[in-house]
Amino acid sequence: MTATRVQVVVNGQPESFPADTTLGALISRLRPSRTGIAVAVGDDVVPRAEWDDRPLRHGDQIEILTAVQGG
Amino acid sequence: MSAAPVKLPPLVEPASELTVDEVRRYSRHLIIPDVAMDGQKRLKNARVLCVGAGGLGSPALMYLAAAGVGTLGVIEFDTVDESNLQRQIIHGQSDIGRSKAQSARDSVREINPYVNVVLHEERLDSENVMEIFSQYDLIVDGTDNFATRYLVNDACVLLNKPYVWGSIYRFDGQAAVFWSEHGPCYRCLYPEPPPPGMVPSCAEGGVLGVLCGSIGAIQVTEAIKLLTGIGEPLVGRLMIYDALEMTYRTVKVRKDPECAVCGKNPTVTELIDYEAFCGAVSEEAIEAARDSTITPATLKQWIDAGENIQIIDVREPAEYQIVSIPGATLIPKNEFIMGDALSKLPQDKRVVLHCKSGVRSAEVLALVKAAGFSDAVHVGSGIVGWVNQIEPHKPIY
Repeated sequence: MTATRVQVVVNGQPESFPADTTLGALISRLRPSRTGIAVAVGDDVVPRAEWDDRPLRHGDQIEILTAVQGG
Repeated sequence: MSAAPVKLPPLVEPASELTVDEVRRYSRHLIIPDVAMDGQKRLKNARVLCVGAGGLGSPALMYLAAAGVGTLGVIEFDTVDESNLQRQIIHGQSDIGRSKAQSARDSVREINPYVNVVLHEERLDSENVMEIFSQYDLIVDGTDNFATRYLVNDACVLLNKPYVWGSIYRFDGQAAVFWSEHGPCYRCLYPEPPPPGMVPSCAEGGVLGVLCGSIGAIQVTEAIKLLTGIGEPLVGRLMIYDALEMTYRTVKVRKDPECAVCGKNPTVTELIDYEAFCGAVSEEAIEAARDSTITPATLKQWIDAGENIQIIDVREPAEYQIVSIPGATLIPKNEFIMGDALSKLPQDKRVVLHCKSGVRSAEVLALVKAAGFSDAVHVGSGIVGWVNQIEPHKPIY
């Protein structure tokens, strides 16, 4: 069981994904677009160029941040 | 392991002296050991540009002025509107209709007559940005749209100026110092803007007025720290503020080696067309709206003639509560993007879409037409146009 699924938290919500899921695949599943967002894992923003090479790890605290334009 | 704290030298050399009046005025700064005479003299010599005298620009300019920043530039082309006063505290009731730049200058002079205010009453664009920015030590961003934010970022990278950035929406704020010489730039965090129409502006989605103070105060704090060389600047970190949860947290932001403007192999080496880069409306929406855009007068005629139409309002429920077109059904835009709103549309009536000003309804029009509602149209000027032309007794927002 634990070998095939990885448990993470996305914007405060527990989520479960197949063990080989990358951060990029998670974004594609949860957001309609890859632009205008930043993704932090723990206390670090992961540059977009690294999303597809970063596998999800058990317990990752993921925060998808949306760019806002207001001022 | 956390990286070593960033420590930067003061951005500005100290002025030669403070006058007796200035010493009295700034005494509460002067007795802080970290600021003291040296820091206050640096502030006096500092030249800070505030882009926009709106929500963030208001508190930023007021506190920068009070702090004794010697030269404050204001770039702003707009005039004061009644709907600004809920948050833009540098302007007042008697300023409605006036130039925001001039209104801001008058407030700054009242707060601190020792500040030299320089007005740039024009729209910031690729033509004037380099010449204007080159006159300042540091740029504080209080703009309200993505195109200007990317313009400001790229100009700051090209000129090697620190970019004190903040943005706000409803109850959420973000702030950072982008300075490519010492850390990431805005594009390292957000390489591209969201798709057109995906993220509402404050005019579309609203903003808690006091949020401007919360984020503007962070920007001023960071500006003062950079100018005087004290503390640990918000370089390489993003501050995230949630007013409802009342939490501030920072996340680390690294320089992106692939960054288009400050990376190893930059593709943006001069200013670009930022309106096109950020596209107020998507290609699909422009195509869908071509020959399928009606005026409020046409809609009124169709209603009066009893045409077989269904008016769909794609705004948010809170907007619908403020004002609506008689007979309109509310289906927010997001239900078309993420949900099953298409199944709620009538098959036997012509669909007429509208929003506040025609941007969101054009985006929905593209989706609706692609789903086979080929005779659907949208009201180009939205409910703002409707109220202005058809029901002027109703409020606009």
